[in-house]
Amino acid sequence: MSEHAVTLRVNGIAHRLQLPARRSLADALRDGCGLTGTHLGCEHGVCGACTVLLDGVPVRACLMLAVQAEGAEIRTVEGLAQGATLHPLQQAFIDHHALQCGFCTPGFLMLAVAMLEEDPDMPEAEMVHRLSSNLCRCTGYANILKAVQAAAAAMAR
Amino acid sequence: MSVFGQSVTRLEDAPLVRGQGAFAADIDFPRQLHMRVVRAEMAHARLLSVDVAPALALPGVVAAWSAADVQGVPPIPFRATKVRGLEPYCQPILARDRVRYVGEPVAVIFAEDAAMAEDAADLVLVDLEELPALLDAAAPPGDFDGARDTEPTIVRKAYGDVDAAFREAAHVVALDLSIGRHSGVPMETRGAIARYDAAMDVLELHGTAKKQHWNRDEIARLLGRAPSSVHLFEGHVGGGFGVRGELYPEDLLVCLAALRLGRPVKWIEDRREHLVATNHSREQRHRIRAAVDAQGQILGIDNVFFHDQGGYIRTHGARVADMSAGLLLGPYRVPAYRVAGHFRLTNKTPAATYRSPGRFEGSFVRERLMDAIAARCGIDRLAVRQRNFVGVAEMPYARPLDALGTDVVLDSGDYALLLDKALARFGWDARQADVARRRAAGECVGLGLGFFVEKSGLGPSDGVRLTVDATGAVELVTGAASVGQGVETVLAQIAAAALGVEYRRVRVLHGRTDRIEFGSGAHASRVTVMSGSATHQAGLALAALAKATAAAMLQAPADSLTIEAGVVRRAEGAGGASVTLGEVARALAPGSALSRERATPGLTVESWFHSDHMTYPYGVQMAQVAIDRGTGTVKVEHYLCAYDVGRAVNPMLVEGQIVGGFAQGLGGALYEAFRYDERGQPLSTTFADYLMPTIAEMPPLDVLVTEDAPSPLNPIGVKGAGEGGTNAVGAAIASAVDDALGGRGLVTTLPITPRDVLRMLGT
Repeated sequence: MSEHAVTLRVNGIAHRLQLPARRSLADALRDGCGLTGTHLGCEHGVCGACTVLLDGVPVRACLMLAVQAEGAEIRTVEGLAQGATLHPLQQAFIDHHALQCGFCTPGFLMLAVAMLEEDPDMPEAEMVHRLSSNLCRCTGYANILKAVQAAAAAMAR
Repeated sequence: MSVFGQSVTRLEDAPLVRGQGAFAADIDFPRQLHMRVVRAEMAHARLLSVDVAPALALPGVVAAWSAADVQGVPPIPFRATKVRGLEPYCQPILARDRVRYVGEPVAVIFAEDAAMAEDAADLVLVDLEELPALLDAAAPPGDFDGARDTEPTIVRKAYGDVDAAFREAAHVVALDLSIGRHSGVPMETRGAIARYDAAMDVLELHGTAKKQHWNRDEIARLLGRAPSSVHLFEGHVGGGFGVRGELYPEDLLVCLAALRLGRPVKWIEDRREHLVATNHSREQRHRIRAAVDAQGQILGIDNVFFHDQGGYIRTHGARVADMSAGLLLGPYRVPAYRVAGHFRLTNKTPAATYRSPGRFEGSFVRERLMDAIAARCGIDRLAVRQRNFVGVAEMPYARPLDALGTDVVLDSGDYALLLDKALARFGWDARQADVARRRAAGECVGLGLGFFVEKSGLGPSDGVRLTVDATGAVELVTGAASVGQGVETVLAQIAAAALGVEYRRVRVLHGRTDRIEFGSGAHASRVTVMSGSATHQAGLALAALAKATAAAMLQAPADSLTIEAGVVRRAEGAGGASVTLGEVARALAPGSALSRERATPGLTVESWFHSDHMTYPYGVQMAQVAIDRGTGTVKVEHYLCAYDVGRAVNPMLVEGQIVGGFAQGLGGALYEAFRYDERGQPLSTTFADYLMPTIAEMPPLDVLVTEDAPSPLNPIGVKGAGEGGTNAVGAAIASAVDDALGGRGLVTTLPITPRDVLRMLGT
């Protein structure tokens, strides 16, 4: 299978990769860039564990080819914290027990980052609607919603 | 203030929110091969031939095996109970002679990368001759292998004079109830990465979960190695729920390949595979009868049920059927009981435990029965339960039954008190009035409840090793495992409280056979009870050792010393001389004068906790539902989970367990089902077909955690919190939907789908 030279810009850093056209963005991030925080829960675009931001918009990295992502600004969970300082959403997830096994957490964090960047005053009903695009099997979601609301409040201050 | 009982944040979270977890797919070794499994595409067929040659011809493919290549490896074993005769039904690691469910491993490919392995798997030629698929466990058994039928055993338990109870009954209430096939379905699929270290002659398996020590012993036995030359490692586990971490064919296959091929071998399950290959659960049909007197007092219960085990017996043996039989009666006094559980194979994915195994099913059955008794006797649903509760004065209450090989002795509980508290919290009376008003206005609404007794803390033993190093850092090594539920935090809190250190100073190591010789893992809501008790004992013993050592260092009596925040000092006042635990550890270094008085040097102890009986938490769940008459959709408008856990080590984590457990129960009550067509082809092979609750399906949920009945069976009074959220969701929602439909006992099947509701609305 022929390989393509692709440059992916992830969290502000350029990664030059050689990969086949069929390689998904998720696999390229994990295996090519070493960014294993993006998780694969279903590989058919339903669970959202692989959610990353592409030019600020949440996408399923399992449903997109790596070659399609060339030229875009990609953001993953690894880019959220600034050194020792966690992103307010990361801190809120810890404070409100919004994760148990943590497998879905990177996807929820990236989904929520996009939500709050788009509308810092997002109403609860809209939050629930947006968050319903990802699956969590441990928490029952209640604390995820609380964490996103708490982070929204913290970011508004 | 002691950290025991405080809702502190978790030790586990920092790497997980940063994307620094070590889940199975995140583990790589140099020169690793990738394994892909070729799976049966018919539910039941004679396996005529498997030709792997076309796959082997593909560049990058290193090896390909079918059953003929793994003849010497015995089938996957099961954890023995007193049930005999199950061995012939165990699963070979690659199908031999017949395939028995869609998804059964038939061949394996080993290749340089995962995509190559997947390409090669498509080239394997599997010649099958289709046989009739058996899909109903309540139908007469069929042929298994020419010599045996598809009913490996009947689980029978009985006490009292059941026939006399039915002769004397004022009413006999009989129900035919079914629970659907669903399962844990964690967000992380399974994974297994094996490597053989020739220099040390050690076989390593990574990506493991739940039962490392038992799995280690069995892998060693099946591959003919010494257990001490096999080690299992646990990284992060993306949800367990009973299914993850059991010993599956793929675990043996990667180990065998690592030994034979001399390279690390990695296998990561995809979601379609997961939905057909990882344990299913739940599917049962119960034909239950109750003999009651005119006031609704139970005189006897007679139950015959059919347990759909799927294609093979796996590691749990007949345990789910055994628990279903042994724990059915829940909180009620039942003078006579007889049960026959037909444990039967079908041509579906093999089944085993899923969170609250046997109890989700049993609570649905028992609580449907209680509602039916109330209706038959013309008494209130609450009254019939109160009338039959085992009383607080009767505790501990020994039932002449066993489950999981232990006698069922309800250790403590005040069921009537919890029901009263829950009714008040839920606002049952006000909601009843509101429901009546809305019904009069034409709405289809109802209330329901399910009372239940869980079980937790399965023994027989657990040990931990607790050590303080020269810097004062504390290490707790446990044979327990973590499936994401917060084991590290809870054990650290218990250790910190007993020893006198900050809980964040405690590093908890789990799920590693190379660090502790024995362990029982994480299942059956056992860790906080068993490993927690061992940790508590170890903390106290280590504190005593630290004080005895510091007494010599400070020239003060040991009983005058306290330990706070890792510093040993005199109890009266903060002044005076003190030593840190790190200094105490240095004073016990090998060769030191103080260490020579002890069997082993170092500030370290090992402690074991033993228990012959399980501990029984209990709860009640209440639901308010509204039904859309046009679509048949059930909307849960309000829900209460009330649960007595004896003592909560970390109330925030207990609530987290309950809410998460509830969501899974909600899936089983309303949405989730593994469906098959008439030839046994699975129809639920993506998340678009297997419907798990999202946040949009979650109702307003209230959680009431009580600590009214600490367990007398362990030094910290705890009962397990992991499964109570799930246990009675099917029961309570069925009760509420039935109430909305007029309380006629129409709801007899889970999950309750819109189609079912429309049918019932039409009757």
